Amino acid sequence: MKIINLVLLAMKALQRNKLRALLTMLGIIIGVASVITMMSIGEGSKQSINASLSSMGSNMITIMPFSNEPGGARLAGSSFKTLTIKDVNALQKDAPHIALISPLASSSGQSINGANNWPTTIQGVNPDYLEIRKLVVKDGIVFSDQDVRGSAKVCLLGKTVVDNLFPNGESPLGKVIRFGGIPMQVIGVLVPKGTSNFGQDQDDVIIAPYTTIQKRVLSTIYFNQIYASAVTESASDDAVKEVNTALRITHRLRDNQDNDFQVRTQAELMTMLNSTSSMMTALLTAVASISLVIGGIGIMNIMYVSVTERTREIGLRMSIGARGVDILLQFLIEAVMISITGGVIGVVLGISAAIIIPNMLNWPTVISESSIVISFLVCAVTGIFFGYYPALKASGLDPIEALRYE
Amino acid sequence: MSTKILEIQNVKREFKMGTETVRALKGVSFDVNSGEFVTIMGSSGSGKTTLLNMLGCLDKPTEGTYMLDNVNVKNLTRDELAKLRNTKIGFVFQAYNLLPRTSALENVELPLLYNPLIGTQERKDRAIAALQAVKLDGRFDHTPNQLSGGQQQRVAIARALVNEPVMILADEATGNLDTRTSYEIMALMQELNDKGKTIVFVTHEPDIAAFSTRTVMLRDGKVQKDTMNVNRRSAREALDSLPVSDDY
Repeated sequence: MKIINLVLLAMKALQRNKLRALLTMLGIIIGVASVITMMSIGEGSKQSINASLSSMGSNMITIMPFSNEPGGARLAGSSFKTLTIKDVNALQKDAPHIALISPLASSSGQSINGANNWPTTIQGVNPDYLEIRKLVVKDGIVFSDQDVRGSAKVCLLGKTVVDNLFPNGESPLGKVIRFGGIPMQVIGVLVPKGTSNFGQDQDDVIIAPYTTIQKRVLSTIYFNQIYASAVTESASDDAVKEVNTALRITHRLRDNQDNDFQVRTQAELMTMLNSTSSMMTALLTAVASISLVIGGIGIMNIMYVSVTERTREIGLRMSIGARGVDILLQFLIEAVMISITGGVIGVVLGISAAIIIPNMLNWPTVISESSIVISFLVCAVTGIFFGYYPALKASGLDPIEALRYE
Repeated sequence: MSTKILEIQNVKREFKMGTETVRALKGVSFDVNSGEFVTIMGSSGSGKTTLLNMLGCLDKPTEGTYMLDNVNVKNLTRDELAKLRNTKIGFVFQAYNLLPRTSALENVELPLLYNPLIGTQERKDRAIAALQAVKLDGRFDHTPNQLSGGQQQRVAIARALVNEPVMILADEATGNLDTRTSYEIMALMQELNDKGKTIVFVTHEPDIAAFSTRTVMLRDGKVQKDTMNVNRRSAREALDSLPVSDDY
C-alpha cells in the first residue's frame, strides 16, 4: 500500500476515535509542552544572567587578595592585605591590555543625614570605576582625579541610600551627609541598577574617592579589590596574564610561591552561573521528559487495544492481499500520527506557556528553536518506538485465526 | 478446452496439537477448470475449512501440491502468498467481514489499495463498476450498518470481484442469510459464473449446492464424491417459485 494511502487510513482511524486519540495524546502533549516550557525558562534565565553580567561590564577583571599561607595558617582571602596603590600603578604601566583600572577600598557603616540614618557600604574608588562597572551619574557630577589626590570629602549616592536618607524627596545634591563620622558632600546621584543576580541591591551604595576612604575612614594603605577592564572582551585572557605577571613582580613572589592574589574575569563568572542554570534546566527537562515516556507507554497500551479490537479487520486485510509490512506500517503510522499530533499540540501549548509565564510570574523565558525541534523529534521517535511492538504483533497475526477471532 | 485454475494433488494437512498429530486432510486430489462453479460440501470435521484455507492461500499443505493458476503455492513466502491472494483470489465470507463505518465504495476499493499498480482514479472506477455488477448502484456511500445482510454480502462480492481474480472463493456465503436472500445471492453467483467467473463455494446446505455445476463432497479428510450436476437449478427460477407470502 502506498504511504499516502496509509496516512489517510491512519487519519480516518483516529477520526473515528477522536476522544480516545486525544486522551492517548495527552501524555505526549503534556510531555512536549513541559519540556519546551522548562527549556525556555532555563534559556531565559541564562540569557538574563548574561545580560545583567554584561551590564556590569563584560570585560571586567577583578583582582582580590588570596591566601598564600604566609605563616602556615590559611585565612580568609579578604583578611589578607596584599593589594596597594603600587599594584595599581604597576598595572597601569605594564599591562597594555588593560584599559581602565580602579582600586576599591570599601567599608560598611551607618550613613547619617540629620534625623535619618541607613546602614550601607561605602566604596572608595577612582573615577574610572564608574566606567568599569557601567555606572552612570544621573544628577550631579563625578568626582575628579583632583578630588582623589586631595582626599576630598565628596560622594555619590545610590538610589536606595537616597531614598532612605532623603525620604521626603528633596534633592540630595550639595547636601552634607556623614559616614563613620566623616562629613561628605553629595555631588551626584547614580542611575539605579536594580538587584543583581545574587539578590544584592546594587543601589545600596555610596561611592567616594578611595583616598578619602583609606585615609579618613579605614586608616589603611591596602585595598579590598582592584577592578580593571580589558581593552576588549576577547582581550580578557591576555589582560589576566599581564596582571599575573605584573603583580608577581610587585609582590616579589618567587617561582615556587603561589599567587597571593586572585584574578577573576566576568567571563569566568558567566560560565559558572551558566553551568548552574544549565544543570537546573537539565534537571527540569529530565523530569518533563519522563512524562514523554509515560505518554509513549500510553500510546503503546492503546495501540495494543486497537490491534486486539481490529483483529478481524487485520485478518480481512491479510486475506485480500495485505502483506505483513502493510499491516505493520498501518499501525505504526497510526501511532506516529498520535504522537506527532500530540507533539504539535504540545509545541503550541509549550510556546503559549513560555509567552504567558513572563507576564504572570515575571520569569524571563526564551523559546529556543532547538527545544522545539528536539522535543518534536523525541515524540516522533516515541511514536515509532512504542508503536512498533503493537504493530509487529498485528503484522505477525495468522490471517486464518484473525479472521475467526471473536 | 478450458484451462485448469486449480490443481490439487494428494494434498495433506496435519496439525500438531501437543504430542498428537491431527490429520485434517488425508490426501485430497481434484482439479477445477476455468468457468466451473464448484461447491465443496461436507459435514463439520470433514476438513472443509482446512481445504478452504488452503485454496485461499491462507495456509500451505503439509504434503502434496497445490497449483493455483500454474503457480505452486508450496514454495511461496508469506508476502508472495499475500500478493497471490490479492491478485488471483476473491474472498466472500459468511460474516461478510466488511470494514465497519466505512462506505461501500471504500470497502470495495480495499483490495486495490494493496495493489501498487493501480492508481486512485482507476481504483475508484473499478470499484464503481464492481458495485454496479452486483446491482448496488446508488448505495456507494452507505456504511455496512446502513445496509441489509443481503446488500452487505453483495458489497463483499463486489469486493471479491474488483481485483478481477481467477477464482471467487466463497465460505458459507449464504450461511447468515434467509432463504430468499440466499437465492438472490446464488442468482448473482450464477450470473457471474455465466459470464465466465470460476467460483468455488464452500457450504453444507445441499439446496445451495444444487445451483452449482459440480459438487465435491468431503468426508473425514478425503474426497468422498466428485460429481457433475446434471440438473443444475437456476437460482432465478427458484427465487420466482418461492411463495409470495414469504414477504412479511
